[in-house]
Amino acid sequence: MREIPYYPGCSLKDTAKGFESSAMAVSRELGIELKEIPRWNCCGTVYSLTDDNLMKQLGPLRNLVRSRDEGYESLYTLCSMCDNTLKRANRLVQEDEEKLNKINNFMDQENDYSGEVEVKHYLELLRDELGWEKVMENVKQPLEGINVAPYYGCMLTRPKEIGLDDPHNPSILGELVKSLGGTPVNFPYETECCGSYNTVDKKEIILGKTQTITAGASKAGADLIITSCPLCHFNLDSRQAELLDIAPNHNPVPVIYFTQMMAVAFAKPEVNEFEEHAIDPRPGLDLEKKVVS
Amino acid sequence: MNLNESDKQLLEKVEELSGENVFSCYQCGKCSAGCPFTEEMDLLPNQVIRKVQMGDRSVLEAETPWICASCLSCEVDCPKGNDVPAIMEAIREISLRKNVDAIDLDRLEKGKLPEIALVSNLRKKTG
Repeated sequence: MREIPYYPGCSLKDTAKGFESSAMAVSRELGIELKEIPRWNCCGTVYSLTDDNLMKQLGPLRNLVRSRDEGYESLYTLCSMCDNTLKRANRLVQEDEEKLNKINNFMDQENDYSGEVEVKHYLELLRDELGWEKVMENVKQPLEGINVAPYYGCMLTRPKEIGLDDPHNPSILGELVKSLGGTPVNFPYETECCGSYNTVDKKEIILGKTQTITAGASKAGADLIITSCPLCHFNLDSRQAELLDIAPNHNPVPVIYFTQMMAVAFAKPEVNEFEEHAIDPRPGLDLEKKVVS
Repeated sequence: MNLNESDKQLLEKVEELSGENVFSCYQCGKCSAGCPFTEEMDLLPNQVIRKVQMGDRSVLEAETPWICASCLSCEVDCPKGNDVPAIMEAIREISLRKNVDAIDLDRLEKGKLPEIALVSNLRKKTG
């Protein structure tokens, strides 16, 4: 069993528990143990775009220091927003020595950081380190006949300096779907923003976006949508359920994390906590039935 | 172009906060063409930049920077490599640093919002 340092972030411990439990389970099948780093803190969720305020970079960088202090050279994430924030903060100090020095001077309880930790998303582990072949070897119940819309959202692929795939035409989630025996469907909104944090104060914008994105996936023939972002998941799942109250003709599309899809294909659907989803993925998909059959 | 002191102040502040040269924008409009939220906005993203170039302080009253979700669609599309979301953030910060919140904390939806939504929103919309 290979041990890798893992940064969960807030959602994986609360609203996206099924994301973590499924990732833990499929990792074990792949010979990987996700080892949670000690004393991790919030990444800040959104990368600060102001040039002058370095305080907001401390959160993400402290997590990288924790991993380094455990003797690791990398840190793996599952959440798209954590991945983005950690990678961008890391890149900032790798490229700007003056800012790095200021931050090191401020962090008096930590040993100096020099940008030496590499941040990786779990999808990069699958594609670049384990390879799709390894994923395929572990498939026990291929997702035959299931059409899956990969939803990348914003933070996995943008900006291109840290994105894990082509920002305009990404394929990594589609390759995962294929490795599991499913059929990836192209739909026009795979990289379009769901409205993100505006869900707090401008819910009407999110309801509109959710309708566009999920109806677009449905029209393309998708049985379900996959994501790696807990905020996209909230907007596309919980807000979609609210949408049904005002748009009764809307055809609901379940939204699951890519690791939950892997757990189904690895014949471990019980780890998924699908009961927590606002739009239950189980009935329409017969996931359990497919696994048992 | 002749800018008075107040106009210049706005321009310089936006450039300082964003780290961007706003005059690098030649108004091609590609940011606005790809922005998924223009129908909700009162100014198109390229119009926001034009106003900053002109030092037009009315941009501080615009809704657009508060609708921008920093999705970076414009950032990957800009042929000049401008970081448009950083310019939006600079405009938001000019207001927020006067200790003004853009959301009313007392009116938040109770019990439903996940922390990832709350933290990101509060980081972008409170001072």
